Amino acid sequence: MKRFGEVRAVAGVDFEVREGELFGFLGPNGAGKTTTINMLTGLARPDAGTIRIAGIDCSKNPKAAQHLMGVVPDESNLYPELTGFDNLSFCGSLYGMTRHDREARAQDLLEHFGLTEAAGRKFAGYSRGMKRKLTIAAGIIHAPPILFLDEPTTGIDVASARQIRQLIADLNANGTTIFLTTHYIEEAERLCQRIAFIVKGRIVHIDTVDALMHETDGRHVVQLAVSNNASELCDQIMAEFPSLQCRAVAAGNIRVESSEPVRVGPLVRLVEDRDAEVFEARRIRPSLEEVFVRVTGIEVNAMKQEKEKAKMGAGA
Amino acid sequence: MKAWIAFWNILVKDMRSYYLKPPNISWGLLFPLVWITMFLVRSGLGIESLPSLLPGLVGLSILFGTTSVLSVTVTFEKKGRSFERLLLAPISLEVLMLAKTTGAILFGVANAFVPLLVGSFLADLSGVNWATLIPAVVLIAISSTFLGLFIAVSVKEVFEAQTFSNFFRFPMIFLCGLFFPIGQLPLWLRPLSYVLPLTYGADVLHGSIHRPPHMPLVLDFGLLAAFCAVLFGFSLRNIQRKWIV
Repeated sequence: MKRFGEVRAVAGVDFEVREGELFGFLGPNGAGKTTTINMLTGLARPDAGTIRIAGIDCSKNPKAAQHLMGVVPDESNLYPELTGFDNLSFCGSLYGMTRHDREARAQDLLEHFGLTEAAGRKFAGYSRGMKRKLTIAAGIIHAPPILFLDEPTTGIDVASARQIRQLIADLNANGTTIFLTTHYIEEAERLCQRIAFIVKGRIVHIDTVDALMHETDGRHVVQLAVSNNASELCDQIMAEFPSLQCRAVAAGNIRVESSEPVRVGPLVRLVEDRDAEVFEARRIRPSLEEVFVRVTGIEVNAMKQEKEKAKMGAGA
Repeated sequence: MKAWIAFWNILVKDMRSYYLKPPNISWGLLFPLVWITMFLVRSGLGIESLPSLLPGLVGLSILFGTTSVLSVTVTFEKKGRSFERLLLAPISLEVLMLAKTTGAILFGVANAFVPLLVGSFLADLSGVNWATLIPAVVLIAISSTFLGLFIAVSVKEVFEAQTFSNFFRFPMIFLCGLFFPIGQLPLWLRPLSYVLPLTYGADVLHGSIHRPPHMPLVLDFGLLAAFCAVLFGFSLRNIQRKWIV
């Protein structure tokens, strides 16, 4: 639990992250994500409760736990006056790495992150995407077994975000346990094995991505791409199969929903009997975004816009 | 060993990023020279009075040299959040803050030697007791640096750091016996002099350069060391309370 004056920033946060897992922590602005990360990493002290990282009680011995972790904050906070290479080397020295080890590791990371050419340039002159990549590289310079990533792709261009997501996936595949906070639902869906939803300082749901999807998956949805008259076909499908619900979605597409698995054969036959053609039939899984909206009652687009605006404001 | 690697690299980074930058070096040289010229002209006593002015000039050079840079750089790093990197490193807060302050201490000591070097060319300094002068310079640099640290952890903005530094520094010019004997201050101001660390440092500087000290040297050094410990401890406590919330 964590209070700031009268405000209870975090309360009722109880979770466990397994070794080697990529764990997502999702929530809107002000939900308590960064406060939770700060408490886990030793930048904030909880008012009540316990935090254990690799068996170490962080409230009693935060420095021992800090040996095991790398932290990438939500802002790229390296030293603007140092070059990319010097920043990495300096960060390595904070973890007691010898000059030879940290310089070799810095070279490797710069190459891996595609920043070799910018190694000698000052951090202040980097683009937003390059800054983010170098900040992640600084977080893993000492090859920590645990990595905290706070909003790693917020406010950067699509190509850099894509590259960073791949880097995160690679790190996890190589055994790094990752705690990722993000407000990009699709990012969490793509990367994480388990996800916790946090709203107003409380975890409201926590489960594997598959299980989260399955929970709302009481509905079975099939989408058919048809040649013509989608609305009319929908009416006919519902008349013929009363247990199905059908609606026309995008042009030439109909979406059929049922509480039971949908048999596609009779549907295709019905459509063809009406002198129309079926070009494609596919099962639609509910997105994690839909799950998030249902569980938290928060509109995802509003959350994204709010965060981007805050980020741009801070960067301006 | 690992803590020393971090200590050394923080110190080297700060020296390169802040203290060895041309503007700071020129400021560190010019500032004491301007003080020397100003006091020589203002006193109208001529070059032979330089030894009596040197303790004050040395004290001022250290005080301004240490507090100016440290309070601003720490506040700047805190504001830019790069200071978080240091707080996240697996090194104790004591080692971290000693690393952050050692650069300022060395800068202050270097500043102290500018008026001494100039003085050695212009006046006869053969009577100087270096055995007490050098430890005094170091202890004044440490206590002034820790005063700068105390200021840095008490403010949020860079401009506040500068204003708050002056709140301490300018009264200290007059209250610590650097140029005006404490005995000549109004009675009600004197207690204030004795709660400022530079008062004890100035007494040793005067004692080492041109006249016997007013207080026993053991008391001067002991109190200076005590001020260092208290200011450092208080700053660490403030960091724990304010920055690791």
